[in-house]
Formats: sequence, C-alpha cells, structure tokens
Amino acid sequence: MNIAEKILAAHCGKKSVEPGEFVNVSVDLAFAQEGMTPLVVEAFRQLEIDRVFDPRKVVFMADHSCPNKDIPSAEQAKLQREFAREQGAVYYDVGRGGIEHVLIPEEGLALPGQVIVGADSHTCTSGALGAFATGMGATDIAVAMATGQVWMRVPPTLKFVYHGKLPKWVSGKDLILYTIGDIGVDGARYSAMEFAGEAMSELDMDGRFTMANMAIEAGAKVGLFQVDEKTRKYIADHGNRPFTAYAPDKDARYENVIEYDIETLEPQVALPSIPSNVKPVSRVGDVRVDQVVIGMCTNGRLDDLRAAAQLLKGRKVHKDVRCIIIPGTQRVYLDALQEGLVEAFIRAGAAVSTPTCGPCAGLHMGVLAAGERAVSTSNRNFVGRMGSPKSEVYLASPAVAAASAVLGRIGSPGEVVS
Amino acid sequence: MKLKGRAHKYGADVNTDLIIPARYLHTDDRTGWVAHCMEDIDSEFAERMKKGDFIVATTNFGCGSSREQAPIVIKASGVSGVIASSFARIFFRNAINIGLPILESPEAAEATRMGDELEVDLSTGEIRNLSLNKTYHAQPFPDFMRGIIEKGGLIAYTRERHKANR
Repeated sequence: MNIAEKILAAHCGKKSVEPGEFVNVSVDLAFAQEGMTPLVVEAFRQLEIDRVFDPRKVVFMADHSCPNKDIPSAEQAKLQREFAREQGAVYYDVGRGGIEHVLIPEEGLALPGQVIVGADSHTCTSGALGAFATGMGATDIAVAMATGQVWMRVPPTLKFVYHGKLPKWVSGKDLILYTIGDIGVDGARYSAMEFAGEAMSELDMDGRFTMANMAIEAGAKVGLFQVDEKTRKYIADHGNRPFTAYAPDKDARYENVIEYDIETLEPQVALPSIPSNVKPVSRVGDVRVDQVVIGMCTNGRLDDLRAAAQLLKGRKVHKDVRCIIIPGTQRVYLDALQEGLVEAFIRAGAAVSTPTCGPCAGLHMGVLAAGERAVSTSNRNFVGRMGSPKSEVYLASPAVAAASAVLGRIGSPGEVVS
Repeated sequence: MKLKGRAHKYGADVNTDLIIPARYLHTDDRTGWVAHCMEDIDSEFAERMKKGDFIVATTNFGCGSSREQAPIVIKASGVSGVIASSFARIFFRNAINIGLPILESPEAAEATRMGDELEVDLSTGEIRNLSLNKTYHAQPFPDFMRGIIEKGGLIAYTRERHKANR
C-alpha cells in the first residue's frame, strides 16, 4: 500500500483498502475557521447530538475576516467563540493564533499518520507532515465533530518525483506551481498526491507545507510527504507528541508516476486567472504591479519571511507599489520580530499586518480596485479573488513577490540581488 | 422525478469564487447570496435564471474552496440540478450532502448550448435535450452515495445511523 491507503486502512479498522472503496474513517482532528463555523454549527444542531465527540480534537480559530472587519463578520466570530466555549473545544481567538493551516501544525495539533478534516480546502497543508489532511464542506465537518467519523472514497495515488538539487531562488512554491502548470487544475482530481525524490528531502518543512497546501489547486484530496528526519525534528519542536509514521511499501500501487528534473528550473509565476497558467518568471514580460502580498496559509511561515527579507532588507518598496506582509501566526510574527525581519520590512516601506487570511480571498486588508494588479504568495488567482472582478492576481514565491515589490514589476530575485 | 428547464451553459473549471464570491460570505443570509450567484462569470445569471433551470458546464465544475455556500446558493436560486462533464471533489461531496442534484455526463455537458431546453429524470439519470432532440445518460451514483441521497442528505443519514447505534 501507499501512504494514503495505509493511513485510511488504519483508521477504518481494515488490513488493507483499495482505491474506489468507500470507508468510514475515524478522525483525529476536525476544525473550522470563523467564516464557515455558522454553517457547521447549523448542521451540528440539526444532527441532534449534544456534544462534540472529543473537545480536545475539535478546533476553532478566528482568521478569515478577523480581527472583525465589520458587524456581520463580528457576529460570525461571536457565534464561533460561543460554540467553542459551549463545547469546551480548542479555540484560538485574535491575538492568540493565526491562519489555520499555519497554526495547526505549529501548535502540534497535526501529526504524521493522522486523519485530519477541516472546513477549508487548504486543510491539505498538514499533508507535509504525512497526515491524511483534507478539506470538506460544513456539513461533513459538523458530522466529523459530532461523531468522530467521516465517509471517504479511497483515492488513487499519483506519485510525483523531483530529481536534482534545488536551484538558487527556487522554493517549494515554484515546484508546486510548476507541477500544477504541468498537470492542470484537475490533473489530480479525486486523487492523493505523494511527493518524493531528492529535492523533497532537501526541502525544509516550510517549503513542504507550501507544496502540500496547493495540492487542492490540482484537484487533489491530499498532498502527502513521507516522514523523515526533518519531519521528526519539526514534531519534536512542536508539541513532541507520539505518532505513527507510514511509509509506502516497495510494491505500492500508483495510478501514475510523474518525474521532474528540477536542476534547471527557474522561479515560476501563475498568471491570471487560474493557478495552472504558469510561466517561468523570465517569460512573464513587463508586468507592472500595484500591490504585493506576502504571507497567507501558502507562504506565511518564518522561512517565507526570511526569503522576503533577503530581498527587502536595506532596499525600498517601489514608489508605485503597496507591499503588505502578513505573518501566518502570532508565533511567526514574534520570531520575525526577534530576527529583525519586521524592522527590515517596515524600513523598506511595507505594511506588516497581524495574522489574517484577509486579502487572499478579497475579504479585507488589501482588496484590489478595478484595473489593479497584485503579485501574491497565496494559492488562488481566480477572477475577483482579491477584490474587483476586473483586478488581476499573479501567484509567486515570497522571493519573487519581494523582488517584484522592489522592481515595481514582476521580476526575478536575481535582478535585485546579485 | 422529471425536471424541466433551460440550460445556463459554462465551460471548464468554474470555481467556487465564480459561483459565490468570498466577499459575500461574511454574512449568513442565504437570500442575500442568491443575488450574487455566478456573478463574476455571468453578471446576468440572477436576472435570467428561472426556477427549475439547469446549470451545465464542462470539466471540474466547483473547483477551488470548500465553501458549502456554493451548492447552497445554486439550490437556493431555484436551479433543479447541475450537469457537468466532471465535478471537483469537495463540491461533489457538498452537493450530495445538502441534496443538490448533480449529474455527470460529458456528452450532455459538451453538446448542450446556452438556453437549450432540458428534461431530466433523476431516478434514471436520463438527460433529454429537447432543443437538440438528443438523449444522454448520466453516470449512476455508487450505492454508498445513493444511500445518502435517498435519505435526503448527510444530516438525515447520520441522524438515523446515530440513533440506530445508541
């Protein structure tokens, strides 16, 4: 069996499972952000089950429109806070947590070998730890919170093998954009992605989170990494709880194995308005930008901010650009502050925000007007994603985004730093 | 049950931000969402849509976010069902869970044009395009999903299972 099959088999009490099989699996963690919580709570009440299955395994966080941007979002956050208190669930309010998919692993809530479900499509981020983590709708999450179980169809697995050493300025973001550009936004539809190869071993945890985060952008159910020494160190540093690691068998079945040689890869950019519209940065052309957003659940971790700081420290954001930097959690924010990254950003002329999902989904903290263009380290560049349906979003790594902030147009880090 | 209505036709990769932009989701007002259904892909949808109509699209319908508001707003708009060549997986689950009829038929999805008149039999999966005078058959649901659909969605299905186990 491959990693996905082993985890699902272990969670439905079977020796083995086959792709296509329907199984009821037990859930190790279920969570919801404040924007989806009202629908989760509504469905939960309709189930006529009074208590969540295990309050230590049910988590809520305020991140999407928080700190509350207006009265309706304040009402959603209030409803979430009250439900979390009523159930005695784990809860992260403003100032204590941050963006769910950065927060969950950082708090040690996600572990290798677990089944994790969240009311947000980017729940797949924790696949970087070797957890079967997948996003679902509010009704599924309500059922998971009430019963500790969800139904799944065992997915076929596509294996992606990345050969070679990571070139300068090429990050996990570039590799996943390149992959989605190759296979398309439905290239892994209904499937599990398994990431392997020397480049994956070389990639640090923050880069792996970025890759797993965007598995959904290829239509996948989950994006899985094999547990190695880097994973073990991460877990030791974040909660240090016991876990079971599942490695693929030598004869594991894969629907397809796709191999890439990455030694000559350049940083990649996804042009509007679909994440598969990917080009190497040198072939994007002369594209002026109004706004640069660095952070989000895709790239809001410390390594991402360090990469941005390499470009921004001692330089100035271009006069025509608004650069918004959003650490993923309070802990990332504090670490960035102590390392001097925040000072470097502020001196460069960037706005540094408290953790929030705000601009990524056009909610607040950096909404675009008609005709405006942004480079963002987020994961979606759909029409209207960051604001006006007449605005445009280009997706890139923190290094490319920071270089573009300095240049005032989309450019490569090599143009800024020799 | 036979449903009849006109087709609102779209292409591939219709994402959940196009179905209902996130900028409207900070309220829980279902009727408020209806005015913005499909807004960023088809600004006239809400005006043109007549109760009982169908949404027809090609591959990967509903890709993107996990927002259950996407199938909810389609259902609340009075759409009888969505016919597509294929569906993104979270949208597929959400539609089954909340009881929005969905039919997978690449042949019907590709041939159907904006405004065509359709007649759909949900019990057999038969899709008749009356404008083209053609008949298509949607892929049947696996038994497991049929169980959820027949109970009227995941809530009723789970409630029943939970009571039986108590």
